[in-house]
Amino acid sequence: MTRPRTLYEKIWDAHVVEQRPDGTCLIFIDRHLVHEVTSPQAFAGLRASGRTVRRPDLTLAVPDHNLPTTARRDASGNRLPIADAESAAQLAALETNAPAFGIRYIDAVAPEQGIVHVVGPEQGFSLPGTTIVCGDSHTACHGGIGALAFGIGTSEVEHVLATQTLLLQPAKTMEVRVEGEVGPGVTAKDIILHITGVIGAAGGTGHVIEYTGSAIRALSVEGRLTVSNMAIEGGARAGLIAPDATTFAYLKGRPYAPKGADWDAAVAYWTSLATDPGATYDKTVVIDAADIAPSVTWGTSPEDVVPITGIVPAPDSFADPSKQAAAAKSLAYMGLEPGTRMQDVAIENIFIGSCTNSRIEDLRAAAAVLKGRHKAAGVKWAIVVPGSGLVKAQAEAEGLDRIFTDAGLEWREPGCSACLGMNPDKVPAGERCASTSNRNFVGRQGPGSRTHLVSPAMAAAAAVTGRLTDVRELID
Amino acid sequence: MTPIEKVEGRAIPFGLKNVDTDVIIPAKWLKTISREGLGRGAFETLRADPDNLFDRPEYKQAPILIAGDNFGCGSSREHAAWALGDLGIRVVIAPSYSDIFSGNAVKNGILPVVLPQAAIDRLLEVAATDPIHVDLDTQTVTTRFQDRFSFDIDPFRKMCLLNGLDEISLTEKSEAAIAAHEKKIATDQPWLIPAIL
Ligand code: SF4
Repeated sequence: MTRPRTLYEKIWDAHVVEQRPDGTCLIFIDRHLVHEVTSPQAFAGLRASGRTVRRPDLTLAVPDHNLPTTARRDASGNRLPIADAESAAQLAALETNAPAFGIRYIDAVAPEQGIVHVVGPEQGFSLPGTTIVCGDSHTACHGGIGALAFGIGTSEVEHVLATQTLLLQPAKTMEVRVEGEVGPGVTAKDIILHITGVIGAAGGTGHVIEYTGSAIRALSVEGRLTVSNMAIEGGARAGLIAPDATTFAYLKGRPYAPKGADWDAAVAYWTSLATDPGATYDKTVVIDAADIAPSVTWGTSPEDVVPITGIVPAPDSFADPSKQAAAAKSLAYMGLEPGTRMQDVAIENIFIGSCTNSRIEDLRAAAAVLKGRHKAAGVKWAIVVPGSGLVKAQAEAEGLDRIFTDAGLEWREPGCSACLGMNPDKVPAGERCASTSNRNFVGRQGPGSRTHLVSPAMAAAAAVTGRLTDVRELID
Repeated sequence: MTPIEKVEGRAIPFGLKNVDTDVIIPAKWLKTISREGLGRGAFETLRADPDNLFDRPEYKQAPILIAGDNFGCGSSREHAAWALGDLGIRVVIAPSYSDIFSGNAVKNGILPVVLPQAAIDRLLEVAATDPIHVDLDTQTVTTRFQDRFSFDIDPFRKMCLLNGLDEISLTEKSEAAIAAHEKKIATDQPWLIPAIL
């Protein structure tokens, strides 16, 4: 009998190419997703050393980070140039590098183009039980379908391109179990914000987190991707959710997913990956789903989470002196006074998008709140950015785009957009944004921007009232 | 990559906790397609303050940075390590790092030293007036006041840093094992290879 193993251990073991005496392992990478920002130096490195891409068939490139989300073609269908010279240079580099190295490339105006972490699962390129890497820290997202997915830096991108492997230390395992049923208005985003608040921004450091429990099982694949996406915000190397019938139903028939007899063999294998009864984790945190409210961040660390019914905390309410100092700094940056009710915080900008919350289910949730309503006068800028061209087409087929535009929100082309201040979509200095993205760091949405992380439904509610709002007041 | 063995010099007594890579190098600097010159953008937001630590004459070109818990958290951008390197930093000393950052640091010839908070507090004090010595070979941080702190480091990382080794060349020595793994999945799990569309 083999020792009972966790989902993480099974995937890890199946990918060890070689183990070094010190425990470091050479791990085979099944899928490599490449985008325009973290790859130019890697391709330049390959050229300089005369290396090639070892497995172009396991590599997929798509631009997303700095593409403007405004129209990409003019009225007569010609491609519009990117105004920013550096962004244009990065896109041009990817457009040259992908074909030069024989890599599949989804170009900026292809119907399948989108945020790399939306595109991977949507194309069935990301599969359960695989190892996936990408030069973006939210690669953990693919853990939502049961893939062991890591964000890597540019040197590692070059290493994977050249060798299809990565040198990694085995991680510790952590289980975050969410049991029970969530209340109305509580979404996958609220679950992961709540978890991050409980475990802290460094709570998962050195660990891979497996999310388990009935509240996780009940989530759609879209919701699971949202949860796993933010594993990194709890400091973890990756997140994982065991693949099950929900996952298989989502993947079946997608372009790169296995077909026919291959599909059956794959499902049998994926089913065998679930954590064995009796397997142990290095750490377990149990959360009662009933304790989770629609949540919002008040500070500049994703652990700075309160329920929407809560107040801005006072720095001295924290036991840890360095957290007190960090909280005081956060509040100064955010322009917030301790004791202020979160629901009294006025919002000027709304961003619905990012690899955390730009899938069809997210857009439906936002549209459900916005239907027949209009954004408040105080909301100056409100954009909805679908995660991919396919999500965009689906939303348009369902008439969601009309709901957004009728409500006074802008309907954009797919991309990372205001998730990070790299493309023209930025939040002005000193202004607040209710954002469905994953990071509320200083300057993340543009220099001086003040981010409040929320779910799509909560962002929609804030758009309607012009302040952070308990979405439960707007739904029946 | 420049090998590291002993580093001696002034240490920037920064000490802040949860410093994310957006603070180390703001997103607008990520648009480059080369690795050089990022030192100008390092800690840009903090350096907007004319009285900032980094631009004080005594800390210009300081090879050591003393930071707080969870240094380099946030975005995986390797530009953070390039920016620190371009600023002249060879060693960072902190109670903990994000995993991605410490990996990126090592790959770019920067030594991430982990020491407990008490040691950090003491080093912050020393750094205000005096240089600090870091010895990777003996895994110690010392000062002229007889402080001596030992640190742990993964032996493989230590070897790479001491020899200035490039990881790709090291991995290429495992060609046979990689090829064997590829052969195994091609036979056992053919569905893993995506069909060409
Ligand atoms: S949306 Fe944000 S987190 Fe996601 S891939 Fe783009 S930049 Fe990274």
